[in-house]
Order: sequence, then structure tokens, then C-alpha cells
Amino acid sequence: MTDDALRSELQKRGIFVTSFEDLYNWGRKNSLWPLQFGLACCAIEMIAAAAARFDMARFGAEVFRPSPRQADLMIIAGTVTKKMAPLVVRLYNQMPEPKYVLAMGACAISGGPFKEGYNVLKGIDRYIPVDVYVPGCPPRPEALLEGLITLQKKIEKQRLFGKQLPRHADPQAPAEYPVPAYGPHDLIPPLNPDVFCPKRNASSAE
Amino acid sequence: MTLTPQTVLDRVHAALPQARIELLNNPSPSGQHSLLVHRDDALEVAQFLKNDPELLLDYASNVSGVDYPDHLEAVYHLFSIAQKQGPIVLRTRTGDRSGDACLPSLTPVWKSADFQEREAFDLLGIRFEGHPDLRRLLMWDEFVDHPLRKDYVAPEDYEYEPTPHGEILAKISAPASQA
Repeated sequence: MTDDALRSELQKRGIFVTSFEDLYNWGRKNSLWPLQFGLACCAIEMIAAAAARFDMARFGAEVFRPSPRQADLMIIAGTVTKKMAPLVVRLYNQMPEPKYVLAMGACAISGGPFKEGYNVLKGIDRYIPVDVYVPGCPPRPEALLEGLITLQKKIEKQRLFGKQLPRHADPQAPAEYPVPAYGPHDLIPPLNPDVFCPKRNASSAE
Repeated sequence: MTLTPQTVLDRVHAALPQARIELLNNPSPSGQHSLLVHRDDALEVAQFLKNDPELLLDYASNVSGVDYPDHLEAVYHLFSIAQKQGPIVLRTRTGDRSGDACLPSLTPVWKSADFQEREAFDLLGIRFEGHPDLRRLLMWDEFVDHPLRKDYVAPEDYEYEPTPHGEILAKISAPASQA
């Protein structure tokens, strides 16, 4: 549905025209149910964002589901320890498609102040694909809402047919991601090369 | 009776004359003097501290492991809830840092020491003998070594990640090394 002039002309006559894609994405983006779990202090800000003052319900994300089977969005709120990482990946695998991941805070993005600590994962994007990164330590509730709206815009643009399909509509994309095992000092493997593709800065890429 | 390390020490000496316990003075302004008890007598002394009607040190609020160059140490902060007094600091030392890094567990005396002794075992490798459930607390079971020890060396398999800090450091240090 690209002809906006025609669409508005029809709307004036009381006829609403849309495409299946638009309708489907409109429904999905306005009912993003997050998985109810928190890993560290960022979870407190996530709770604040969900509570009355910031009221995430305005954006359709108020129903925190205590089961991964009913969740659309995984908010990684806090430090992911190496002990916890396999469980997070397993929870992600248990979520039904289409599913999204929002890495909240410096720790979930890169390990943050605990980077290269003996028990802290250097970012959850080593094992599962992350859609939105919300930096901060911790991010304020407004920042989380901004991340949520960014994700909604991303969902709105996702196509169901044709080329450049999103991961959940791509039959070639993996259905689930390998769960790392506990090793003598680190997780085995320390990262999933199919997922983890950091952008090197220009000078060090040479 | 006001509980100070000296009064506690006198009381222990009077009741258990064979127990090897001494007062360690802290020269700092805080003056937190502590009691050092030999590990072989620690359980007996702990029982006495808890049950003696004058002392009634019925609560261990904090158990820490400490890493010293030639031994490891467990530090217990004891309070008397009944008398509203404390803390009395009780310390025990291991024989060495590797083979003889054993201490008697005081969990049978103070239940609150359970998880904190497990933490000291996990991170520093103090083996608490007589502990009802001595497993790792924070690290996973397959982990080897004790990461809070000063001589813990992180394995070399950490991948190198270039950061802007590295380039800046190289720029700063390069002229200095040439000059």
C-alpha cells in the first residue's frame, strides 16, 4: 500500500484500506509482551518503566509474561554472568517466533564496568542476536521507552514477502542458537561466530 | 558486661585455659582489635562464645575470607543479639595457601555462616571441614581455581579486542620509549 493519496481519499469516504503486512505489523508492534525477568540493577529501572509513573502500557508492552512461550520480547536487563548466560540463551530458544531482544544497559551490551571480569559475559550479543541496544548505567526509564519505540519502528518496517526478509520469516535462519557449556575458566565456546559480528573501528580494521 | 575483645579473651582464658587464642591489636584510629584463635581450637571456642551466659554471641553477621602472602584467613564478625552488643571479630588462619588451606567450619555453631563460608571456599579456596554443604556458591561447579586469590591468573584465552584506549596508550608511550 504505497498510494497514500488514494488511501486518504478513500478514508474520507469512509473506506479504510490497508495491506495485510501493515495490519499484521501494526498488531505486533503494539502488543510486545516482554519476558518477565531481570538480571541486575537495570531490572529496577525496567520495573520503574513498567510502573505507573512511566507506564510502559501506553506502548502495549505492559503484560510481562512469566513464561518464555508467551513472550515476544526479551529485555536483557542487567549483568549477564557467565553462570547465567546458558540459561538466558535457553530461555531465548524457548520463545516463539517472531521474537526480539533488547539489550538494556552497559553490562548487557558489552560487560560494562565488569568487562573481562572472571564471571561476566562481554555482552549477550555473543550468543543471541540483539535488535536494540539501550546504553546507560542504568538507562533511565525514558531511555528504555525510547528503545521500545525504536523496536516498534523496526517491526513496522519488516516485510513478510519478497527479499530482505527479517529473521523470523527467513527459512534459512537458525531456529535456535547453541547453548554454551560451562568450561574450566570460560564458557565453551566463548562466543557464537554466526551471531557475534562487532563493527571494527576504521583504523584498527587495516 | 560490656563486650570488648579483652573481656571476651579473659572469659575464654578462664573457661578454656588450653585454648590457643590471642588478642591482635589494630593500631589504626578505628582500633578494631580482634581475636585470633588457633584453628584446632576454633570450634570449641566458638561453641563457648555462643553459649556462655556472659557472652551470648549468638549471631555471626559476616564471614570474610582474606588472602595473605603465606596463609588464608577467615574473619567472623560476631554480635550478641541477646545483649545488643558487638561486633567481636574472630579470626582463624590456615596452615598455608595450598595443601593445608583448611579451617574448621563454624556453620554448626552459627547457621548464618553457611553461604558465607561457601563463598570463601569458592573464591579463595579455604576448605571448611565439617561444613554441611561445601559447594561453590558463585562460580559454576566445573570452574577450577579460585578467582579472588591474588595469584589467580586469568587464562590467556581471553580474546583481544582493540579499543581506542590502546591506540592512545601507544601514542603516549611511543615517544617516551624512543627518547
